[in-house]
Order: sequence, then C-alpha cells, then structure tokens
Amino acid sequence: MTYEQPPKKHVPTQKKVKRISIATVILAMYIWTFMSIDIEWKEAFNRFASNYNVVVPQLFSPNWARAGEVIEKMVETVFIAYVGSLAAAILAVPLGFLSAINMTNSRILSTIGKWVLSAVRAFPEIILAIMFVVVVGPNPFAGILAIAIGSTGMLGKLYAEVLESIDMNVVEAMQANGANKIQIMFHGIIPQVIPEFLSYAIYRFEIDVRASTILGYVGAGGIGTMIFFAYSNRNWSDMGMILLVIIVVVTLIDYGSTYIRKRIV
Amino acid sequence: MIEFNDVSLVYPNGHQGLKDVNVTIEDGEFVVIVGLSGAGKSTFIRSINRLVTPTAGELKVGGDNILNYKSKGLRDLRTKVGMIFQSYNLVKRNSVFRNVLAGRLGHTGTVRSVFNFFSKEDKALAYESLKRVNIDEKIYSRADQLSGGQQQRVSIARVLTQKPNYILADEPVASLDPPTSHQVMKYLRRINKEDNITTIVNLHFIDMAMEYADRIIGMRSGEVVFDGPVSEVSEATFEEIYGRSIREDDLRGGAEDGEQHQ
Amino acid sequence: MANNINKPSLNDDRYAPLLSPWRAKAKLSLVFFIILFFLWYSSRTTGVDFGDLIMGFTNMGQIIDKLFPINMDVLAPAFDRLIETIHMAIIASTFSTIIVIPVSLLAANNITHNWFVYNATRLIMNILRTIPDVVLAVIFVGIFGTGPIGGIVALFIFSLGILAKLISETVEAIDMQPIEAMRASGANTIQSIAYGVMPQVAPQFTSFALYVFEINIRASVVIGLVGAGGIGQLLMSQFSFNNYGAVMTIILVIFVVVVIIEYISTKIREAII
Repeated sequence: MTYEQPPKKHVPTQKKVKRISIATVILAMYIWTFMSIDIEWKEAFNRFASNYNVVVPQLFSPNWARAGEVIEKMVETVFIAYVGSLAAAILAVPLGFLSAINMTNSRILSTIGKWVLSAVRAFPEIILAIMFVVVVGPNPFAGILAIAIGSTGMLGKLYAEVLESIDMNVVEAMQANGANKIQIMFHGIIPQVIPEFLSYAIYRFEIDVRASTILGYVGAGGIGTMIFFAYSNRNWSDMGMILLVIIVVVTLIDYGSTYIRKRIV
Repeated sequence: MIEFNDVSLVYPNGHQGLKDVNVTIEDGEFVVIVGLSGAGKSTFIRSINRLVTPTAGELKVGGDNILNYKSKGLRDLRTKVGMIFQSYNLVKRNSVFRNVLAGRLGHTGTVRSVFNFFSKEDKALAYESLKRVNIDEKIYSRADQLSGGQQQRVSIARVLTQKPNYILADEPVASLDPPTSHQVMKYLRRINKEDNITTIVNLHFIDMAMEYADRIIGMRSGEVVFDGPVSEVSEATFEEIYGRSIREDDLRGGAEDGEQHQ
Repeated sequence: MANNINKPSLNDDRYAPLLSPWRAKAKLSLVFFIILFFLWYSSRTTGVDFGDLIMGFTNMGQIIDKLFPINMDVLAPAFDRLIETIHMAIIASTFSTIIVIPVSLLAANNITHNWFVYNATRLIMNILRTIPDVVLAVIFVGIFGTGPIGGIVALFIFSLGILAKLISETVEAIDMQPIEAMRASGANTIQSIAYGVMPQVAPQFTSFALYVFEINIRASVVIGLVGAGGIGQLLMSQFSFNNYGAVMTIILVIFVVVVIIEYISTKIREAII
C-alpha cells in the first residue's frame, strides 16, 4: 500500500534568505576563529604530558601546614566582599531611585541613571581592582572599592526594577492624605521594597565573595594574593589548599545566603 | 487477544491498583472501561503497555506474557500498542507533522531518527494518518496553535502512524467539550471498525460509554465488578458500578451537533 | 500613576508594615546590629573603616590624574590581543554548549532516575561553579603552559559549570507528557530526548549559550591576567610595568567591546524568546 507524499512546506523567501545569512555568518565566524587562533597543538600536548604529574596530584594533596594562613586570608576576602556589598547596597539606593521612572517621573533622569549603571556593569571587577590599585595603592581598600562599585551597577539596576514594579496606589493614597515626599518615601515606598532590596543585596554578597577571591591577584587584598604567590612559585599543594578553602567557604556562604533569602521573601 | 489472568497490582505506597483481574479481550473489540476516578481504570489500561507493571498474575498480549519483558521486548510491545492521553501529550513547540512522525520512532533506528531521516513511506504514512482524522491542512502548524479537539485528533494520527494492533485511550475526552468529545469518539470508533484495531477506552461518562462501546467493563477499587456487552447494561448496572445513584455530571450530553470537520 | 485605575483602599494589606508591632521592630534592630557588628569586625580585619570608604569615593578624581592621558601606541597590539580573546571565548563557549547537553541531562531529575548518577553530576558541577575563573586559569596555564590553550580549557570548565546549572533547571521544568507518549509508543531514551526534550529547551538553550559567550568574554579578560593569552595578558604586562596610560587604553577597549557584545547578545536573545 502506498500513500501520497505530504505537500512541501512553504517557506517565504524572506525567511529563507534570513536563515541562509545567519548560517553563513555563524560558519564564517567559526572558520575565522579556527583559522587564525594561534595554538601549537603539539607543544601544548607535550607540556600537558610533562606537567600533568607535577600539577594534578599536588592539587589533590593540599598543604595542610598552611591551612591557618589560608583560612585567615579567606576571612579577609569574605570581609572585603562584605564591606563592598554593604557599601553597594547603600550606594545603589539613590541610583535605583534615580533610574526608576515612576520615582523621578523624568525620562531623562531615569535614562541617565540606567546608562550609568550599565556602564559600571560593563567593567569586570578585576579591571576595577586594577584601576583602584593604581589610585589607592595595593591594599584591601582597593578591593573593597572595586567590589562596591562593581556591585552598585547590578544592585542599582535590580533596585530600579523592584521600584518600578511597586504598587503606586499606596503612594497615591498618601499623597491624597497630604503626606510630604519624605513621609511617602519612608512609609509608602520603603516598606514595600525592603525585603527585595535585602534579598538582592545578600545575593550580590554571594557573587562578591567569589569575585573577591581573585582581587588579590592584582594586589587588592584577600586570598588572591596567595593565589599569585602559589602560582609564581609553582607551589601546587599550596594551591590545592587555597582551592579547598575557597570551595568550602563559597559553598557554605551560598547555602547560608539561600536560606536567609528564602526566609526574607 | 489480551488476557488478564489473576492480575493484581500494588503500588509502592501500598495502594492496591488492581485486584485479581480476569478479563479476556478479543481482537477487534471496542471496549469501554467505566468507573469512578481512582477505581483502577487507568492502572488497567497502563498495565497493557507496561507503563505500570502488575505485581502478580499473568498478562498476555498476542499470546505472550508481557510481564517478563525487559527493555527491548518492552519497546517492541509498545510499538504494537498505541496510546492516547487525556491531555494529548504533544510536543507543543513542534509542528503537527513532526509530532505525528514521532509515532514512527519505535520503528526507526536511533541515529536515523535523531538526524530526522524518516523514509518516504513513513512520511507518506504520517500524511495519510492526518488525512484520516481530517487535519491534514494543519500539517505544518505548531501543535500549540490548535484547539483541544484538533490536538487530540493529531494524537490519534500519531497513534495511527505507529500502525498498532491495539489502541489504548486513557480518558481521551475528559478535557474536551461535548461536541468535540463525540467527534473524537467517532474517529476512534471508525478506526476500530475500518482497521480492526482492538480499542480500549477509559471513560467516566455513562452516555458516551453506552453510545460507542461494544462491551463495557465496570471497575471499582481495583476490581472488575461488571463485564458484559452493551445490550446487558442498564442504569442499574452503572449504579452498581459506581456504588451510588447516577448524577448529571456522569453524563456528557450533546450527542449530535457541534464542531464538524474543519 | 495614570494607569492605575483601582482606587486604593484603607484596608489594603500593604498598610500593615506601617503599624509594625514592637516584635518586628526588635527584629529589625537585631538585624541592624548584626550588620554593624560585622562591619566593625571587617574594618578591623581589613584595616579599612567606612570613613576611608567615603573618602575613597571622594578621591575618585585621582583616577584621572594617574590613568590619563591614555597611551594610544598600545591600541594596535590591544586589537590583536582582543581578537584572540574573542576567539578563545568562541571556542570555549562552543565546546561547553556541546558537552553540557549530556551533562545537564544527567543532572536533571526528570531524565536521570539513577539517584547516584544524578547527585554525583550535580555535586561535581556545584563544585566547579565555586572555583573562581582565575584559579582555573592558573591551574590550566600550569598544565598547558602560557598561551591561549590553557585559557580556553579554563573558560570551558568555568562555563560548563554555569551552563549545566541553568540548562538542567530548564530541563527539569519541561512538560513530561510528550515524553510519556513517546515511551508508550516504543521510542528509546535517546529518541525521547531528541524528540521530546530538545525541542522544548531549544530557545532557552540558545539564549543561555549566548549568555555564556558574554560571560566568557569578560572572564577571558580576567584569565589573560595569569598568562592565558588574550587582552588580559597584555593588560597585566602593562600593569606590572606601571605603564598606566596604556592600562587605561586597554581598559577602555575592553569596556567598548563588552558593551557592544552585550548589546548584540541581548538583542538576539530578545528575538529568540
């Protein structure tokens, strides 16, 4: 028994052209990438063969003798993240208000605010750290500044989104009752947004702990300094210890932060 | 032929799904299983293609005890037993055609199907199945753009494309309005007669069971409490099966008018 | 606002916070106290107090003093290295999006019913995500030597952890009914995945792949700092020579590229979903 073949699917020409051009762009991108990237495969393989045994077993046998020192530096790292996040959580409030269109009622102000925030977000933390190391010298202070500024970019954006989604009826009612701007802010707006603001700040602290582990690599304080020295000396069992502490602390902070955030919201 | 010999099923949580079920279904029959929800209708149907596995007894499909089947045997069994679901179970983002072709997966090699190489015959068969349920003009629409009745027709086409010997339908009209429900049941009935495919349908609507079935099996708490041809069934039979008097929501109604072929 | 038609009423729930009972106040004070305590403790440990911080922000003008005028000579090599960074990100993103398919299926509890495999995959991926990108780079540069390959492997591992989490969560949220139908018609596991799972996650999958490419561009800057190739490597060498004008030029180049790529990627992602 034979049946009739189904009709061919009709695809508009415009769509066909679009598909072919997308495919061409992607293909060209890959050809360009693989043709021009400079990888000496053979040498990389040889290095892998000779280095593997030097690096990997050492990583898995951490140097416990240095545990105390590493933990101390990790605590410093967490505190850098803490102060940085806290500063950002505060700094982001005015910027969030500035960027929320329903708070300023001015397109220009909110657009400027959003542009500033996304410009700040475009800098990786480590780049900010380099800039601050240049300005204030190689110390934890530079790290805190880098974390504070980097986090403000994200928190400001999130705060603005929270503010834009609040219930404005409450605000309107208070205006009708003759409340002034400050009263409206503290009694009408802040109570609505406080849980979300807090939750985002704690979430950002989680990210900041990860981010601050690397700041020391450019001299901005914390455990990154130890990463730098362990790497310079090719001391892989020290590196193993550092790695272990980072994994444990970051995991603990993630769990703690998730728990607190669940309780807040 | 499907034979249940003393089949029982106890779920891991201790709930008894089936209790000493003895039923024989001949080839080509159109059987409707009725009972309240939780009576074991769904467990009965899902035992036949081993979506659930009975814990005791013997269940023969086409003469072979299917309770011993392992992965390969199980997949072979399932290619012969098509299934229709209450919520159609289509991939909503895929086209109707691709959904219907999925019915051929059990007959197609893994590599071929992953790379979408279906034979010409398979494609023609899928198209033919769509025509049989009058939805061939929607062949390249996305499944989620179709109404519920249309989606259920697509799922019937998917089962037809599978070329099964048996069709199981688990509450196929429970999510549909009365006219569409009748339309779907008519297609099932017609396919049963034209292709001589044994069809077993779960329903909880008394009037629909009476209208379409050759034979009715009544279930209560995992047990078969009635089994006989439609001619022997009366309202009293249903009251016995349900263990209570018949209410208005046991009837679907709206037999004749409604969504005609579109 | 004009579009809020509903009249506010006095028994609105949202008035409740205004009348906070003393218990809520006590709780808030406690939280406030804890925050301050940690702040005081952190200042002691890091040797920085909040006053310094405010001073620091006011001294921001120094950036201009020290980092400007920018040095344009470094622009040409910066572009060369930038291309290398983009290539590294492309290769790492491509491989991680391919490898993440089986990994995310193993880490999805609706697909993988084996308790051990599921939890082991999740555990490994969770651990991978806690390792900072720089540490990965250091390890792989240690193994492969300086140059892009160590960086590519580091980025690959780094993005694999992120993608595995995002995609396995997407897989866990899919509609399982069509997969039941496919199993019931005799399809095997691979077929059910190809026909039932993949079409449902395809849009998010593409979107996450682009997102990871974005992240990889930023991360490859960081990874270059430890000698793993790309523009980060150039940045680090200028930084260690105290060549601040060049440092600022490179930072600006990175800034522009990150903004452009984020813009394009966001536009594409909006078009997909």
